[in-house]
Amino acid sequence: MEQTVSYTLDSTLDTVDHAEEKATRIATELGFAEDEVMQISMAVREGAVNAVLHGNAYAPDKKVTLAFERNSEGLVITIRDQGKGIDLSSIPNPLAPENLLKTSGRGIFLMRSFMDVVEIRPSHTGTEVKLIKHVHGASGGGKEGSQ
Amino acid sequence: MSMKLSTRQVDGVTIVDCSGRITLGEGSVTMRDTVRDLLAKGNKKIVLNLAEVNYIDSSGIGELVSAFTTTKNQGGELKLLHLTKKVHDLLQITKLYTVFDVKDDEAAAVKGFK
Repeated sequence: MEQTVSYTLDSTLDTVDHAEEKATRIATELGFAEDEVMQISMAVREGAVNAVLHGNAYAPDKKVTLAFERNSEGLVITIRDQGKGIDLSSIPNPLAPENLLKTSGRGIFLMRSFMDVVEIRPSHTGTEVKLIKHVHGASGGGKEGSQ
Repeated sequence: MSMKLSTRQVDGVTIVDCSGRITLGEGSVTMRDTVRDLLAKGNKKIVLNLAEVNYIDSSGIGELVSAFTTTKNQGGELKLLHLTKKVHDLLQITKLYTVFDVKDDEAAAVKGFK
């Protein structure tokens, strides 16, 4: 893989599958273990779902940008949409007893469960999600950078 | 691989054999339609056999929750059978493992209905 590759994708369900496939391929090429590849691909899938559905709301004139960068931190993945942004404080905790039987609202939770760092930057011109997976042994890991 | 479902009856219990991916889109819709169709026909003892489900995302988890609550709200009961490690781990992470009635043995699952 080159240092950085990026894709501009339509706001469709196909984009979700394509984003997952690209994440699986790149994580595999970079030598991540099988379970880590699954975690990375699932986190990217959840990020792409949020961008397509909740961010761009399937709007044909809005795009999703997906970028993969290999740097000293590990694999850095950025997903941007062109939606209205999200209010992070309004996202309920999916593990709270009153939310356990809700049928949605687990995407960001899963991203945070699977990646070492998850940063979400909402703005009125869209939301940027940065996901980082450290290469094994490259860092102390942990989720101290997560939001 | 897309989602495939087939149903069979065992001692008054409907076993739904699922294979493939339960994800946003076709997979989730197939699961939802199947469970609703079973309930509409009066089949209220349902086992979802997930032995061949190799991938599930947050939407798929939501569909499992929806199937569970829809069945329960209509006076029925739904159990999960033969979770793969991936699905098992996801249900643990999301604290849903103890919400569902999860079985490893089909005969025990069938006998377990009230």
